[in-house]
Amino acid sequence: MKITPSKIISLLFFVFSGFYLYTAHQIQVFSFDENAAFNAKTFPIYLGYAGILFSALYIILPETKPSNVNLKVLEYKKTIILVILMVLYGLTILRAGYFLSTSIFLVLSYIVLGERKWIWIFILSFPFVAMFMYLLHGLLNIYLRDPFLQYIGIMG
Amino acid sequence: MIEGIIIGLETAFSLKNLMMVMIGCFAGTIIGMLPGLGPMTAIALMIPITYGFEPSTGLILMAGVYYGAVFGGSTSSILINAPGIPGTVATSFDGYPMAQQGKAGKALAIAAYSSFAGGTIAAIFLLIAAPSLSKVSLAFRSPDYFGLMILGLTAVSAFSAKGHFLKAMMMVVLGLMLASVGQDTLSDIPRFTFQNMNLADGISFVLVVMATFAMSEALTIIFKANDPTKVAKQISLSELGSIKLDKIETKKMIKTIPRSSLLGFIIGVLPGAGSTIASFLAYGMERNFVNDEEKQKFGKGSINGLAAPETANNAACSGSFVPLLTLGIPGSGTTAVMLGALLGFGIQPGPRLYQTNPEIFWSVIMSMYIGMVILLILNLPLIPYIARVLATPRTFLIPLILFFSVTGIYLMSFNNFDIYLMIGIAVFATILRLYDFPMPPLILAFVLGGLMEENLRRSLLISDGSWSFLWDRPLTLVIMLTIISIVGWQIYKSLIKKL
Repeated sequence: MKITPSKIISLLFFVFSGFYLYTAHQIQVFSFDENAAFNAKTFPIYLGYAGILFSALYIILPETKPSNVNLKVLEYKKTIILVILMVLYGLTILRAGYFLSTSIFLVLSYIVLGERKWIWIFILSFPFVAMFMYLLHGLLNIYLRDPFLQYIGIMG
Repeated sequence: MIEGIIIGLETAFSLKNLMMVMIGCFAGTIIGMLPGLGPMTAIALMIPITYGFEPSTGLILMAGVYYGAVFGGSTSSILINAPGIPGTVATSFDGYPMAQQGKAGKALAIAAYSSFAGGTIAAIFLLIAAPSLSKVSLAFRSPDYFGLMILGLTAVSAFSAKGHFLKAMMMVVLGLMLASVGQDTLSDIPRFTFQNMNLADGISFVLVVMATFAMSEALTIIFKANDPTKVAKQISLSELGSIKLDKIETKKMIKTIPRSSLLGFIIGVLPGAGSTIASFLAYGMERNFVNDEEKQKFGKGSINGLAAPETANNAACSGSFVPLLTLGIPGSGTTAVMLGALLGFGIQPGPRLYQTNPEIFWSVIMSMYIGMVILLILNLPLIPYIARVLATPRTFLIPLILFFSVTGIYLMSFNNFDIYLMIGIAVFATILRLYDFPMPPLILAFVLGGLMEENLRRSLLISDGSWSFLWDRPLTLVIMLTIISIVGWQIYKSLIKKL
């Protein structure tokens, strides 16, 4: 049996399904529901078994159409930086507010991806976010929490 | 009935109501294009406005918003692979590859024509058969629904992931597992929440769909930026292409539209089924109908593959009004919001609605058709402008897609946890996509998870824990046999390949 990345992913899914099944058995149901034909853990238990079955079949059976991925040509650096930027965006969105965190996230992302047209970088960040906020907050009446804009007195 | 139709026409063609349909379609299209804001949100946003109107005018506005939002959702599916609503997920299978090949204008035109045709045919069905169809929809029981959902999941696994059936089935199970997170609907018992309050309400659809489609697509484009093969080579985001269809393309659509309309309408009539199942089933069915050469194009920019779900989801939208207006049972989440609005107007939908309030019943049906016409007139000239979003350089487009995705989920929960969860799912989805684990089966399973459990629960409780409900009723048996034949065909095909 040839070990391929797809088989390794299936093996991980097999382990995950086992854990899911174990957790499904741990779900506390009401005592009067314990022996019922269907309770809160019935469906998850079936799902756990189904996950184990399909992943086991994939591991055991030979691959009909193996996936060919050249790992050497993948762009790891930019992808990881973008993911980190998104995490930081998520971290600051409530504290710094929607306007500031979104605009800074956009500026940094454009730069990371190699954009150097500074006018467009500016237009598609601060003014763009301001317009988007106006559409949501001003026109559609969707509340957007923004301590920064509240602090400087633009938002009520 | 004819008297009712005349009353409906008079009401629908009044200047005020025509204006409402136009405003509704336009507002719906814009809102539907925004991330995280589907038809349900769009209609909910309209409810406070409609309370100042007469019930028929309010409902007409909401019907316009509904269709507009569905079309808007298709637009974001095609252009940036970000389906805002479950009903347009299948649209992205072939719509997005078409946009990548520089045919965004054509893809949007096909979506507009198909939506129009699907909606028109369904409106005619609705006109003729609304009262009698409600009886048919009542013939479906929980075991049939459960079977129908398994059929939908099996069909998507078999057809959307060519040669990767087992991988697709793993994704189905993963989607159902994600859907099982949160409180059990009946007993409120927390499941897989690990005492984290953020998971008590489960994981939202917008979060999963944005993570697995829009966000992971954006990350994949960056990840494969240096890959000279496959995806990276296909991404040509600068061409918009023509919106005109040639004779061959029109011929393909003409064959697809009637069958997808019929299927979409029938599925839409079934309470709880809705446009999602309709679009996925239509996609699967269409793949079976076309010749081998066209079959190869599915998932790579097939016209039939785009026209089928687009026709079906619009037809299902019309169909979902049947149980709402004739039985008072909403056929989808969106019509459930409309039911709330109707009750707010003091109108109780049900079998007597078209006797007690014929102007409402028929004017809504008439307005649907007018809405379709207006949507087409409004959107076709706008396509070149809408499609220009693709001309945005990748260095700007990718961060904007990521921003739209995060905003979509932020608007729903105002919670950091959901953003982190979305990023985590997106990273996993990117790795899975790299090795050809398909995402559409995961999304469909996630959408259907709750309904599937609900119907299995009812079926098992009625049959006292016995699985005989799968073959007791002829209708369920037919559905189960269809599932067996699809699985059997997949096994047979893989065995033939081995030999």
